[in-house]
Amino acid sequence: MKPGFGEVMIAEGDIEVSDDEARLVEEFRRQLDAGLWAAVPLAGPQGRRESRMVQAFEDIPRDAERVIFFPRAAGGR
Amino acid sequence: MLLALAATALVALALLSDLIVPRAEQSWQRLRARRKKVPTLVYDPGRERRAESRARSLLRSCVNEEEWAMYRDLGLLRVWGKQAEGPDEDSGTGGVAYAYLIYPHRPIVAYLPQTRRLLGEYCIAFPDETRPYGSVRLPDSDDVLAKWMALTGDERRLIATANMHLPGRQLDPNRVKRDLWRLAQWERRWMRQAAEQVVPTQADAAG
Repeated sequence: MKPGFGEVMIAEGDIEVSDDEARLVEEFRRQLDAGLWAAVPLAGPQGRRESRMVQAFEDIPRDAERVIFFPRAAGGR
Repeated sequence: MLLALAATALVALALLSDLIVPRAEQSWQRLRARRKKVPTLVYDPGRERRAESRARSLLRSCVNEEEWAMYRDLGLLRVWGKQAEGPDEDSGTGGVAYAYLIYPHRPIVAYLPQTRRLLGEYCIAFPDETRPYGSVRLPDSDDVLAKWMALTGDERRLIATANMHLPGRQLDPNRVKRDLWRLAQWERRWMRQAAEQVVPTQADAAG
């Protein structure tokens, strides 16, 4: 998510392909180092949806379709 | 005679040079500055609208059908709280179910659905300090999605990060209560429509 721009594709690839995985891991770390939060949208039971906040690449479910990065929350006024 | 005039002119020029030279330099620099090409950012009036359109699509793909319809129709999203004792120590609910209302670029409001009592306002922002596009504000629907992801993913951390205030600091409590009434009406309609869709299906199965 980017102000003034909305959703921006950062990287995509197949987790089962080693080159792709390395690239995804590198991009994931770069985004977290930049101070962003990462979340994985999940489908829960009975049609409910929720998200999982992830802080390491290993926390991402292998079957996750995407990871969404967004600016870190701060106390507002 | 001519020689005398020329000499006088030279002396006058020499005396005035202290005044003339700096002004000439300034004029030259101004002229160069005016002619220098400066890259300009062209304002795109459709950019924010396109950003919001993309943000709505992303939000729709993350929440379920009911939540999307709620946001589309009411401009807010309801998320159920998961902490046993309420959102924080100050708003202990004694184990009673509570929920949050998420508004775009407004505080998150915690409340008790049974009594519609407002518990507090949680002021939260998602500022992008890099300002890559000249604004720190996410599109409205991205702001809602960020709050939804943070609340459903790690409610405790988000609430701990937020600045908590009593109800009424930013959002008019009457407006919030009116929104809760609208939400209740909307949910009744939603349930009725869902039931109407189920009944023919069951009848078809029986017939």
